Amino acid sequence: MKLKSILVAGAAMAMSATIANAATLDDVKARGELNCIVTTGLVGFAYTDESGKWNGFDVDFCRGVAAAVLGDGMKVKFVPTTGKTRFTALNAGEGDVLYRNTTVTMSRDADLKLTFLGVNYYDGQGFMVSKDLGVTSAKELDGASVCIQTGTTTELNLADYFRATGMSYEPVPIETNEEARTNYLAGRCDVYTTDASGLAASRATFDDPKNHIILPEIISKEPLGPAVRQGDDDWADVNRWVLNAIIEAEEFGITSANVDEMAANPPNPSIARILGVEGNYGEMIGLDNEWAKRVIKAVGNYGEIFDRNIGPNTEIGLERGLNAQWKDGGILYSAPIR
Amino acid sequence: MSAVAESDRPSAGLLSLWYNREARQVIIQIFTIAVVFAALFYLARNAAINLERIGKDLGFAFLLEPSSYDINQTFIEYSSRSSHLRAAVVGVLNTFAVAICGVFLATVVGFVLGVLRLSKNLLMNKMVYCYVEVVRNVPVLLWILLMHGFVVHTLPHPKQAGDIAETFFFSNRGINMPSPTFEPLFWACALVFVAGIVGAVFYKRHAKKVQDETGKILPVLWVSLGLVIGAPVVVFLFTGMPIEWSIPALKGFNFQGGVTVKPELMALTLALALYTSAFIAENVRAGILAVNYGQTEAAHALGLRNNRTLQLVIIPQAMRVIVPPLTSQYLNLTKNSSLAIAIGYMDVTATLGGITLNQTGREMECMLLLMAIYLSISLAISSFMNWYNKRIKLIER
Ligand SMILES: N[C@@H](CCC(=O)N[C@@H](CS)C(=O)NCC(=O)O)C(=O)O
Repeated sequence: MKLKSILVAGAAMAMSATIANAATLDDVKARGELNCIVTTGLVGFAYTDESGKWNGFDVDFCRGVAAAVLGDGMKVKFVPTTGKTRFTALNAGEGDVLYRNTTVTMSRDADLKLTFLGVNYYDGQGFMVSKDLGVTSAKELDGASVCIQTGTTTELNLADYFRATGMSYEPVPIETNEEARTNYLAGRCDVYTTDASGLAASRATFDDPKNHIILPEIISKEPLGPAVRQGDDDWADVNRWVLNAIIEAEEFGITSANVDEMAANPPNPSIARILGVEGNYGEMIGLDNEWAKRVIKAVGNYGEIFDRNIGPNTEIGLERGLNAQWKDGGILYSAPIR
Repeated sequence: MSAVAESDRPSAGLLSLWYNREARQVIIQIFTIAVVFAALFYLARNAAINLERIGKDLGFAFLLEPSSYDINQTFIEYSSRSSHLRAAVVGVLNTFAVAICGVFLATVVGFVLGVLRLSKNLLMNKMVYCYVEVVRNVPVLLWILLMHGFVVHTLPHPKQAGDIAETFFFSNRGINMPSPTFEPLFWACALVFVAGIVGAVFYKRHAKKVQDETGKILPVLWVSLGLVIGAPVVVFLFTGMPIEWSIPALKGFNFQGGVTVKPELMALTLALALYTSAFIAENVRAGILAVNYGQTEAAHALGLRNNRTLQLVIIPQAMRVIVPPLTSQYLNLTKNSSLAIAIGYMDVTATLGGITLNQTGREMECMLLLMAIYLSISLAISSFMNWYNKRIKLIER
């Protein structure tokens, strides 16, 4: 766990010189399994159910990639990481792609040598407090103890926010969402802060979710998206276009239920291109032309993934908000497959 | 064994070297060193190649950039605008804090238990035995998590904090106690205190001389206590108690004012001390048992009473057996303190090796620095203990 980052750093030293620039797509195909780096457990996003099966929003995107590359969304090995270990794990080759509520930032892109592929959830950092405190705004948090996951953008935003507003606080650093939950519920901290989506997801696991509120202030931009190691453009392309296909499928109304029908009878050329009836888009990224069709069959389009895992009808109950399609007032806007 | 036979052999070029015992040993040693260095070189080269491939260079300039994160326990001035280097120093000081408190507590508890373990009282003896076996056979990480869980889950919330005379408060945010601010006159007390220590030292010398000359034993302990503690207290009272106390008070979410011992520091120190004390107890027991019983009998025969026997005859000899393993216990405790990260105590592993490493992505640099820091701390402890060991050895006649 915590020592893992140390071990991973050590492993990175010892790792033979094959990991960085190799053709990940070929490796994945040869292995017959996709290694996907996810969280240690965040309900709705990436978590294991009672039977040990991984579920969630990020997990479904991993399965989508596996469906495109390997033809089977179940051929995924999930590599759980904390906020601190995720990048080392990716760079040391423990996983092929990172889907872990990860905020796209310049330093991660340029300095940590990752390649970001887009955004699958537009988020922002929020604060959760117990209703008993009677706090209604983040401006009233002077002197509070705040649970904060280390190794995240949120820990830096937190320092900036309290400094800018001239308030004091006690940071209580923790490693995983689970630890945050226990410390927060035990009253070690008054406030839990992380991405607002993560707050909603954590709250859903409380015994008394109604007694906790998420304060109205959102103090940062957290565009969450997948990343791969820098330097393997072909593999980056595969992942980027799987993400775009999932988003575009919703825009054009392709769902897991109607995908076969639409492939047989494409209503318009855009759909024909996505589903591989027209053009050779799959071949361009080293796959076959039915790649996107398999993805949608396996996990559905963006809206389906959202509704199934974190949407209004789930316990987490997130609204689409910014994550609605651009036509519906959101900012979800995929580059066209053409 | 058959050195004669070997040198008698006709020398057949290189092979003859192998038949020569000394030469063979040298060859084996050279070979071993070569293998070790080749392995190190291989690892270093791989690391360099891999870093190069992902386009990362080795450099320490990042240490001067602002850290951008806050730390909840700082013994020196620090804010999120301070440098990563300063964050590392804050971490080192926090490591010192647990290490020093832990070593002190572990030593006291360990010595007491070690002596009790030899007690003739069967119940006492067995209780200590159970303590030692239970404590040292459970991994220290579990003790740390357990202690932290205990503090955080069983102590009350600050709003219901327990208190002693409304000046000391206990809650799951830690222990809040008054902190002193010193007025000018206080330094008079400090001066008297120092003078008291000097006086006590001289009195001890004088007492030894008297004892050597006349055999009379003077009450060194009581006089020393009077000089070192009594005198300053009297001065303190007469100068009108020149200390201003800042008393903690609940304000908003937390206690403000005074000093706070965070639950993480508490849990970590207790867990490390508890764990290490079990080992020290065993060292102490072994040390005392290693002193031949004849020594006790001889001391008794000379007319020394029991506690004097222990103090003058047994302990000094036992110390020579106890100190070397004690050193390694101190080293263990210090290194184990890096498990702090499991409960979010901000030691140097958590600042430099945790947040800084993670936010800057400088794994290699941070790990190298961290290793160098722990190595220096360990070497410092070892050399101090070696010095101490030599000092107590000198008494040998
Ligand atoms: N978006 C932020 C925070 C990511 C993060 O750590 N999120 C939390 C909660 S939203 C999480 O995924 N925790 C799961 C875990 O503990 O493994 C970042 O990229 O630094």
